[in-house]
Amino acid sequence: MSAHSIETGSGGGLVKWIDSRLPIFSYMQKEYGEYPAPRNFNYWWNFGALAMFLLVTMIVTGLWLAMQYTPHVDLAFDSVQRIMRDVNSGWFIRLVHVNGGSFFFIVVYIHIFRGMYYGSFKAPRELLWMLGVIILLLMMATAFMGYVLPWGQLSFWGATVITNLFSAIPLVGDSIVTWLWGGFTVDNPTLNRFYALHFLLPFLIVGVVGLHVVALHVTGSNNPLGIEPKSQQDTVPFHPYYTVKDSFGLGVFLVIFAAVVFFAPDFFSEPENYEKADFLKTPEEIVPEWYFLPFFAILRSVPAIWFVEAKLAGVIAMFGSIFVLFALPWLDTAKVRSGKFRPIFRWFFLIFLVDCLLLGFVGGKPPNSPVFESIESFEFIDLGRITTAWYFIHFFIILPLLGRFERPLPLPDSISAAVLGSHSGGGPAASGATAKPMEKA
Amino acid sequence: MLGRLQIAFVGLAAMVASPMVGAMAAEAGKAREPTELEWSFDGIFGQFDRAELQRGFHVFNQVCANCHSLEHIAYRHLSGIGLSEDEIKAIAAEVEVTDGPDEFGDNFQRPGRPSDPYRHPFDNEQQARAANGGALPPDLTLITKARPAGPDYVHAVLTGYGEAPPSEFEVTEGKDYNPYFKTWTIAMAEPLFEDAVEYADGTEASVDQMSRDVSAFLAWAAEPELERRKQTGFVVVAFLIILAGLLYASKRQMWAKLH
Ligand code: HEC
Ligand code: HEM
Repeated sequence: MSAHSIETGSGGGLVKWIDSRLPIFSYMQKEYGEYPAPRNFNYWWNFGALAMFLLVTMIVTGLWLAMQYTPHVDLAFDSVQRIMRDVNSGWFIRLVHVNGGSFFFIVVYIHIFRGMYYGSFKAPRELLWMLGVIILLLMMATAFMGYVLPWGQLSFWGATVITNLFSAIPLVGDSIVTWLWGGFTVDNPTLNRFYALHFLLPFLIVGVVGLHVVALHVTGSNNPLGIEPKSQQDTVPFHPYYTVKDSFGLGVFLVIFAAVVFFAPDFFSEPENYEKADFLKTPEEIVPEWYFLPFFAILRSVPAIWFVEAKLAGVIAMFGSIFVLFALPWLDTAKVRSGKFRPIFRWFFLIFLVDCLLLGFVGGKPPNSPVFESIESFEFIDLGRITTAWYFIHFFIILPLLGRFERPLPLPDSISAAVLGSHSGGGPAASGATAKPMEKA
Repeated sequence: MLGRLQIAFVGLAAMVASPMVGAMAAEAGKAREPTELEWSFDGIFGQFDRAELQRGFHVFNQVCANCHSLEHIAYRHLSGIGLSEDEIKAIAAEVEVTDGPDEFGDNFQRPGRPSDPYRHPFDNEQQARAANGGALPPDLTLITKARPAGPDYVHAVLTGYGEAPPSEFEVTEGKDYNPYFKTWTIAMAEPLFEDAVEYADGTEASVDQMSRDVSAFLAWAAEPELERRKQTGFVVVAFLIILAGLLYASKRQMWAKLH
């Protein structure tokens, strides 16, 4: 009954009947059965499938939560507690949704850094990459509004602080904020519209992920060597080779995910949000969810520049730090894709990764406290400024310069040559590169 | 390559992070850190101790409930601490509940039922504040989740009275010195004293004992699903580990054909 039978022509009557009118079976067969994937994926190539799994998980659990949740400032917090206590398996559904959000970001961040290291954003995959950035933006909007829904202290104050950022826009800022809120503070109208949007956006993400996958299947996947497959020897059919490998990856992922959900469900959450929102009581510290911390650090780090006040400059830098990703295919001008063959880039990639982690660390700390006990004058805001500056230096200076001056290592002739050893490499060394056997990495 | 990359990275992160963690602890010197206690429900295997929960409920019901609410708890939930249906009925019936309207449109008083929410000590916030010198006794259902130290914090606050404040520190009129509370002065008068309650199981009702018991009870109130969550977790995680193992075996087998 599978799509496979269509190919051999011996398929069931119904499948054939449908397929000749609406070719979903042959589509699946072509895109997920035969789809020729480079044979040398490493496990970093699992994360797209994991993100897909989480997207479905979030939508399913979210739908079930929506059946019990009440979007009203007086009832929202209590309705969440009712889900935890009185709804059958409600605690399970909610803990999966809450922790699923965090894991979604972990998985997608890894997915993005994978692309950066192996040059998956380079021609001809620029649009594929840019669709990914759009997904990231949509995910952030969704997560931000989702966090407001339980109406705890940080829900309320986080929403207040972040929406207030728009007031930095000259002239129309304040009106925009009032418009976003649907009033003069974050209140019931705000909660209601955030709920409506939080419900809607994941379906937009599904749509963009669809395009993302279409784009992927046009260009074909990149791979750890960053060279295009040349012969059939370089690829394997997606099914069963990568379906089984992705399933194993998913299995490992699920063990970790389940361990957190069942044994440390509050690992990612702030205690303060277990207190009901109170607009008279400002929390000592308003911190966003962990996955926003690097951006929060950038927001707070930027000082006033010329005539631009600090708040506006911070907002521009924060959004800029994401939008710069759209330009990455044109900032990183190196012809060689994979970091494996770029001896200097490799180090700068590592430094960039540490820089992002440090930004996240800074985002969770009060800006005016010292980083080291012994050096009073070096505060988190200073560390934030350095790491923020480096973030942009990496994109605007390091990457273009590396593209010009770095001498990449010789590329292997073909994927199969590298994987199976040079002797069985098939194709002639038409590329002119020295056919050195790859170091086993 | 990635192996090396990871090692280098972990090393670097550890190097950068360790002095900072020190700085963090020093800078947070606001309220005193609660002493870490051992709880039966700690860790992956930890479960609640029913006897402890029942003693804790006894303390809450006798003492704390005079000022604090437990908004998300109904009497029927008390089956979770091991009380029988009859015991729950009896406890619920101790309070008078306003119900109505009846067929004539009047409200009336009746004894509480298991389906009623746990009693509220005050009708509204103003009344609560008026009775507590302007301070609001917070709802305690989620207090152990809403404070980083959880039940350790509740225990620390309850046992943190009686110390002499530092010489230059001024304790506000009508409040008490308590270094575990965020402002160091707390509007709650010391709620527990030796033998404040009498335990049915004969346990000695020292302040420390009662504080432990009521903190454990509040941990249950915050997370009544804890036991089921962990039990389900064992089955699920064990199943997933086996599944991942099987998937690994099939992956190996499938890929072996390739080379
Ligand atoms: C006489 C009324 C009264 C009684 C009885 C009482 N409390 Fe309180 N409690 C208060 C008030 C008022 C506050 C708020 C203190 C403040 O804001 O300074 C408070 C605060 C607390 C806090 C700190 C909450 C926070 O925000 O961190 C805890 C914990 C607490 N009470 C637990 C208990 C427990 C457990 C009992 C029973 C053993 C109890 N209380 C009995 C009035 C009371
Ligand atoms: C909802 C979130 C996302 C889902 C469900 C998703 C899904 C996928 C899937 C299934 C693949 C193919 C498997 C793989 O190569 O790992 C893929 C590839 C890719 N994704 Fe995503 N993705 C998401 C977000 C993003 C984001 C935010 C970016 C970048 C900003 C991104 C960039 C890429 C790139 C560049 C590829 C191609 C990699 C290659 O050539 O192999 N994705 N995505």
